[in-house]
Amino acid sequence: MENTLNSIIAAAAPLVIMTMGESITEKSGVVNLSLEGSLRLSAMTGFAVAFWAGHAFAGFVAAAVVGAAIAAIIAATSIRLRLNQIAVGFVLTLLAADLASFLGDSLVGERGPRVPPLPIPVLSDIPFVGKVLFDHDLVVYASFLAIAVTWWHFYRTRSGLNLQGVGERPEGAFARGIKVNTLRFWYTVLGGAMVGIAGAAYSLDIKLGWRETLTLNLGWIALAIVIFGGWHPLRVAFGAYLFGALQVMAFQLQDVFPGLAQVLPIAPFPLMILALVFVYSSWFRRIGDRLPRVRNLFGSEAPAALGTVFERE
Amino acid sequence: MALEIRDIHKHFGPVRANDGVSITVGEGSLHGILGENGAGKSTLMKILSGFYEADSGAVVLDGEVLTLRSPADAIAVGIGMLHQDPLVFLPFTVLDNFVLGSPGPVRLDRSNARTELERVSTELGFSFDPAALARDLTVGERQQLEITRLIWLGARVLIFDEPTTGISATQRIQLFATLRALAEHGMIVLFVSHKLEEVEELCDSVTVIRRGKVVFEAPMPVAPELLVEEMFGKVFVADEREPVALGGPVLRLESVSVDDGKTHLDALDFEGAAGEVVGLAGLEGSGQRTLLRACAGLLTPTAGHLSVDGVDLTHVSYRGHLAVGVHYLPAGRLEEGLVEGISVTEHLVLTSHDRRFLVDWKGAEAAADRVIDEYSIKGRPSSPAEALSGGNQQRLLLAMIPEDVRLLLLEHPTRGLDVESAAFVWKRLLERRTDGATIIFASADLEELLTYSDRIVVFFGGSVFAVRDTASTDGEELGYLIGGKERV
Ligand SMILES: Nc1ncnc2c1ncn2[C@@H]1O[C@H](COP(=O)(O)OP(=O)(O)O)[C@@H](O)[C@H]1O
Ligand SMILES: [Mg+2]
Repeated sequence: MENTLNSIIAAAAPLVIMTMGESITEKSGVVNLSLEGSLRLSAMTGFAVAFWAGHAFAGFVAAAVVGAAIAAIIAATSIRLRLNQIAVGFVLTLLAADLASFLGDSLVGERGPRVPPLPIPVLSDIPFVGKVLFDHDLVVYASFLAIAVTWWHFYRTRSGLNLQGVGERPEGAFARGIKVNTLRFWYTVLGGAMVGIAGAAYSLDIKLGWRETLTLNLGWIALAIVIFGGWHPLRVAFGAYLFGALQVMAFQLQDVFPGLAQVLPIAPFPLMILALVFVYSSWFRRIGDRLPRVRNLFGSEAPAALGTVFERE
Repeated sequence: MALEIRDIHKHFGPVRANDGVSITVGEGSLHGILGENGAGKSTLMKILSGFYEADSGAVVLDGEVLTLRSPADAIAVGIGMLHQDPLVFLPFTVLDNFVLGSPGPVRLDRSNARTELERVSTELGFSFDPAALARDLTVGERQQLEITRLIWLGARVLIFDEPTTGISATQRIQLFATLRALAEHGMIVLFVSHKLEEVEELCDSVTVIRRGKVVFEAPMPVAPELLVEEMFGKVFVADEREPVALGGPVLRLESVSVDDGKTHLDALDFEGAAGEVVGLAGLEGSGQRTLLRACAGLLTPTAGHLSVDGVDLTHVSYRGHLAVGVHYLPAGRLEEGLVEGISVTEHLVLTSHDRRFLVDWKGAEAAADRVIDEYSIKGRPSSPAEALSGGNQQRLLLAMIPEDVRLLLLEHPTRGLDVESAAFVWKRLLERRTDGATIIFASADLEELLTYSDRIVVFFGGSVFAVRDTASTDGEELGYLIGGKERV
């Protein structure tokens, strides 16, 4: 049991980092639709750089730069040229994915450096909890930090509130003296860098090595998890762990029930859709009106200005 | 302290929204900025508050020329603006709306902010539930929240852009009291309006803007005819209403219950006769909108029967309602009534009865030209809906009402319109009445209700509170009824 939980948390770590990144970007009102491509290109770049430099850390830095650069293109074309974020994101998805396959061809089958395990002394000796939470490597600890910091930033800091204001009603934020487009640009870049880090985590930590199908569909899944998680860091993280759990279960059941193992990883989606139906029902609305806490916990609403362009006149 | 606006110019493409505006306002004055829709008032105020940058000209406060590159600059020198539509964040709490954008340390100290909110709002005579969502506040309360916030941030010059649009009569009285108190405390209050009565009632000096230029300036009081003449460039006389004999019942509601998720109307009986105009009064959200939407077929009654001309429509769709001559004009002209991005011609084609597969664009354009002429719409057949001003959007919507309409449902038909457009709208509407249509309209304007209705239905707290024949009531009584009290 504790081993299974340990595997789930480790398996979900890149997904957690990526979904936190995308949540930050989308809270500011920008959609980075390129995750599927960004992830693949940064996984490849991360592996390549780590392979040549002989050090995993260099790979992570390079991957973060790749993710940030793609995100910067989306933010800049939207802000400066008023291009549609969805269209640009989609084109970049295709472009980055193809580029990764093309440039990474010679790396397939190579073995590179990996992120070393780093059990936390004392804490990892706690029975059960130690094994589940503290017997991991830096990537996993970074994923914990990502959840905590994202949550804290959204709900407990001034800049986090401003960030949400920018995504909700940019004219309102602007009227209060907030630099809407500057914030949007940098939060998009930050989110993109986190996607890049997730990419490197797949090729240097989870799977070790590069091949074209390494991160197949995970970018799209991350986008879906952000939506179904209602842009709330804790619920998004829950979604990522749920997906991780099903992946691990599928892997463990592969030999016993091969059919079930194939279906399991898509099981969260019908569940998520049911959850949405529930949250939007009038029945839930009535409960929410009476118990605001319940509403805050389950209610999910897209940032109202998501995907739009803000200009002052 | 004195505020001086010097020779401000601002153009949008070919439109000179502000064409050399200069105004000086002294400490403690409540200054009215009066002008017809599209005169350039909002543009000037947005320049003052840093939302827009002027092409040329200067803003001087206390003898110091200000650099207003962004709202942050304006707030820093103490200029705050309440926008026409309060720029609050609907899904956020009152408290978060209060602190959003305020300076301070990284960690947000909400308990301290709550104390501050309480302190400033009590000083101003407002009270808020900090945990309530801004979405659940009325427009009037959203304004109060914005005022509280701006005062807290140290505003000395407060700009109110058309603040009475969309608030109830009682809230308006409270708002005016607040504005007077602010001016008494030495602030400069700029009150922007296109409503003459409001400026007369409230302001101690006035500037009239017409087509981007200052055309008149004076301390109040000023003869109203003079102000109207300055606003429009010509004197305008409202038409008297001709009496029309009422016919048989058109709309009939028999113990109808209906629920839109927010307000619930219970067992309502109601009849509207041919040629009758029924006004629906009440605070926003008291049930008027629910009734209109049920009659339009947008809400299905949970009990009872609804019929038009004897045809049972209780469980009939919106389309079915259209087919028997029910027509609904919602308040959100651009949100629900018109389609952004499509032109006047295209709107008219969409609503025409022409069922041929290919559109005759030449003919349609000629038809659009005729409509533009007939309804004096300021625009071209190719103008997209959002490029028209509010008054002209409403004229276009009027032109889209079918000939054979039996029941006309209107929500705030003249909200935000200048006097001239409003009178035009009503002239056209009343023509429908002569053809035997029933008109039901909701309005927050007592004057409008009393002028145009035969009967007034007052809603309070989600049910019909009182029904009065217009001839037997007056503004004072309506004021009581809307507040849920009988006149004592
Ligand atoms: N952002 C904008 N872009 C283009 N034209 C504008 C814009 N804002 C206002 N205008 C035009 O400038 C003129 C003045 O508008 P406005 O200042 O809103 O008038 P008012 O507030 O007096 O009704 C109008 O003709 C309007 O169409
Ligand atoms: Mg205006």
